[in-house]
Parts: sequence; structure tokens; C-alpha cells
Amino acid sequence: MPDATFLDSTELVLNMGPQHPSTHGVLRVILKLDGEKVLGTDCVIGYLHRGVEKIAENRTYAQFSPYVDRMDYVAAISNGLGYCLAVEKLLNVEAPPRAQAVRVILTELNRIASHLLWLGTHALDIGALTPVFYCFREREEALKIFEKYCGARLTTHAFRIGGLQYELYEGFEQEVKAFCDMFLPKVDEYEELLTHNRIWLSRLKDVGILTAEECKEYGVTGPVLRAAGVKWDLRKAQPYSGYEKYDFLIPTRQNGDTYDRYMVRMEEMRQSVRIIRQAVGAIPEGPVMAKVSKVIKPPVGEAYVSIEAPKGELGYYIVSDGSTQPYRVRVRPPSFVNLQALDRMVRGALIADVVAVIGTLDIVLGEVDR
Amino acid sequence: MIWSFLKKVFLVDLFEGLWVTFRNQKTKYIYTEQYPAERPKVAERYRGAPRLNLNPETGEPLCIGCNLCALACPENLIVMTSERNEKTKRKEMKTFLFDTSRCMFCGLCEDACPSDALELTQDFELATYTREGQVWTKQMMEEGPKPTRYTC
Repeated sequence: MPDATFLDSTELVLNMGPQHPSTHGVLRVILKLDGEKVLGTDCVIGYLHRGVEKIAENRTYAQFSPYVDRMDYVAAISNGLGYCLAVEKLLNVEAPPRAQAVRVILTELNRIASHLLWLGTHALDIGALTPVFYCFREREEALKIFEKYCGARLTTHAFRIGGLQYELYEGFEQEVKAFCDMFLPKVDEYEELLTHNRIWLSRLKDVGILTAEECKEYGVTGPVLRAAGVKWDLRKAQPYSGYEKYDFLIPTRQNGDTYDRYMVRMEEMRQSVRIIRQAVGAIPEGPVMAKVSKVIKPPVGEAYVSIEAPKGELGYYIVSDGSTQPYRVRVRPPSFVNLQALDRMVRGALIADVVAVIGTLDIVLGEVDR
Repeated sequence: MIWSFLKKVFLVDLFEGLWVTFRNQKTKYIYTEQYPAERPKVAERYRGAPRLNLNPETGEPLCIGCNLCALACPENLIVMTSERNEKTKRKEMKTFLFDTSRCMFCGLCEDACPSDALELTQDFELATYTREGQVWTKQMMEEGPKPTRYTC
């Protein structure tokens, strides 16, 4: 901080949030400012705290699964998948191949929906008003598939422990294929609007840089990590739900700035389409539910399962004491861990960059506060 | 030079832009739904207002009073009592309370129902003027939701 020259300027403390539109919910950031320059930030979280982990302790295993949808509500299917996989690991069962294929299709569709919401709101924060309409138009198509499949658009509760509750509806495969065909050109359309846009470039380039070493120090995962050049994707590193069968790339970039994170996410959407196309062409026949007793009573033990959610590594750690209710459920949400890098990313930047960086971290406060 | 001047005079760019606008006026590009005049079509599996189904042939309740839905509910919002009918030697549901204000429409109750009696229907208009109105009784559940038809 430069010394005050002629005015005894004290640092200004400014509250951003919890009602600020660009904090994506109820995040409150206390900014220490020197004029327009950010000297430091302090995140105040907990405005959306519902005690999800505590709720788990007095629900049965099956009863808790609708609650996980309400953590990261824009990627509810990924949350459900992680929880189901964790309980399945405790029970030592595996979902049948048909269920696994459907799970992959739906989670990848959800990744696209989540990234679309991120792109729309992020662009809106930066000041590009148009993309949000296009993004929501395509997201609607994905949500329609969810609604037809499981009866809800957002808090889907699509998966059950041991497989799926619902069989595929008639025309599912055609609709998913049609979505893929429709969607790929649309990604180019978004890129046309944004990628070489001069305002977009000057707002995002070299803003909020997080190097690979810093990412590892903070435990940051997901597109933020991959934009820094680390090729780390749990779908490849520890494949779950049959991801090893599908051929896809892990998009990475080198600089680790906001623009690179944008590019990584755009490429991820294309790769998701690639996975969906492979999976939907080869959905095996068979049952959708493994043999799981109606009253789920896992043996005493613990299990940790982490999956690659749209925002990063989403982990569930479940301790079972042999009863019908979990002894402890701990969630490792990607948004919560990624958010702590905010201070490092915006120190020395301008207030407008804080908005850009919060947007690029792609946080969902339901998941941060739980 | 002259060409660009003429372009300005005859507002060529304006018409080009308008052409794009009108090209997108096709009905298949229109996403706005005229609710409530036109009700949105929700999916067949939509999880909305609950209903207790009756046997379509006899009109008797399908519910067998097993209490499984109440046990499955994560929010414990279903409260039911049942009684043994001496004539038929069967359990019959007597009272049924479903608190829709606490329901999160996860569908676990309808999954648990062994006789397809409890079902989450496609109706989504659940707002009431009172809190008490959110608690649905057996009679309301069996009659099913009665969505208001608006005409414009």
C-alpha cells in the first residue's frame, strides 16, 4: 500500500452483499479498500445455513437423499450421484450397468445446465446482457429432459441408493440426442458473442490469476484448477459410475486467469456432449436397481466418495454405526473450498474485478453454507 | 462513398436489422407461456399436489392403511390413523393429514406406497390464503386437487 501523500486517508471498509446481485445469492464480502483498490477481503458466509449435515443424522439413508439436492441446487443431480455412490460404497453394492449409463447421461446434462447458468450470470455480471437469454433457452431444454425423466426440474432427486427409481421414459434417447445436436452449435454461438469480444477480453484477461501452486495450496478443484494448467479430473483420475468407458479430454489452460476459466468451461460443455453421445448410444439393457433391501442398514464403517461435480471435487464422507441412520455425514463441497481463494485472487485488484472473480469461481451459496 | 450515403438515406441497416427481428418471430422461437390463460404442460411424471387414488371401478379407497408413506417421509408430514374393519378383516385408513407446506415433493411417499394409492399429481397450484389450508385432509386428498381454470 502506498503511503498517504497529503491526505490522511484511512482504508475504507465496504460491505458487498449479502443482497448484492453479483454475489450469486447471499455471500457477504467485506472489502477493505484504498479508493478503488482492494486491499483485502473477508467473506462472511452462513446466511443460507440449514444444517444439512446435522439433518442427515436424524434421517434414514434414503430419506436424506432429497436434501443433498438442495445444497448445489443448480447441479442437483451431481449431488445426488455423489451421495448415492457413497452409500453404495458403504453397502458394498454397485448400480447395474444400465443405471450407471443413465447416471452418466443425466449428470453430464446437469453439468451443461450448471455451466450454462454460470455462463449466463457471469456474463451478466460483467455487463454482457445477451448471453443470459441464450443460455437459459438451452438450459430449459436440459431441464425439460430432467422433468420428463424424474418429475422435477431443479431439485430432481433422480437417483436412489442402488440405482434408479425411474425407468427411462419413451423417447428419452431421441430427446437427448436431439439436445446434443442442437447444443453443440450453440456453444459456438456463445463463443462468437464473447470469446473475441474486446470488452470481455479486457475485463477477464489477467484478472484473478491463481497459479497451479496456489490452487494446490488452497485445495481448489474443478475448472479453476484446470485453468491453471493442472490436468486433474476425478472422472479420469478415479473413474466412478463407468466413466472409464467413455472417451473424452480434460480441457486445460495455462494462465489461470478468469478468461482461461471461461475457456475451460466452454470446452467442458463440448466434452460433456461428447460423453453423452457415447453413453446414449450404448445404454445397456437390464435392471436399473441393484439388490438393496428396503431398510438400508449399512455395516459399521465409513466411506468417502468424491466425484467431479460441475464446480469441482464434491466429496461425501459417511460414517455408519450400523443403524438405519448415518452417524455422521460430512460434505466436501467444491464451492466452499474454492471460495477461500477469493481473497488471494482479488488482492490488489479493483472492485469491478471482485465481481468478475466471484462470478468465475462459480459458487452456489446453498453449497457453501449447507 | 455514394453507396454508403444512399445506405444511410434509405435506412438499409435499419431494415436489415428489422429483418433479423422478424425472422425470429416464428412461433417455434417463442418461449413465453401465456400463464394463466394457457396452462403450461408439465411432464407426466411431474411431482406436484398429492392425491389419494380411489379404485376406479368401485370407488373405494386404494389405501390399505399400512403407514409406509408416513414412515418414508423425510419431513414426517403425513399423519394417518387406521382401524381394523371387523366385517372385511382389513385395515382401513380413518384419518389422513398431509401438510403440503412442509412437503418438498421428493416422491419418497409415492415410491413407498404398495397399492398405488398415494400419488403426486401434475397439479402445481398449491397456494392458499391460510396456513391451515395447507394441511390437506383425507377428503381433500381423495377428491384430488381442483385447479382453477382461468379464462381470458
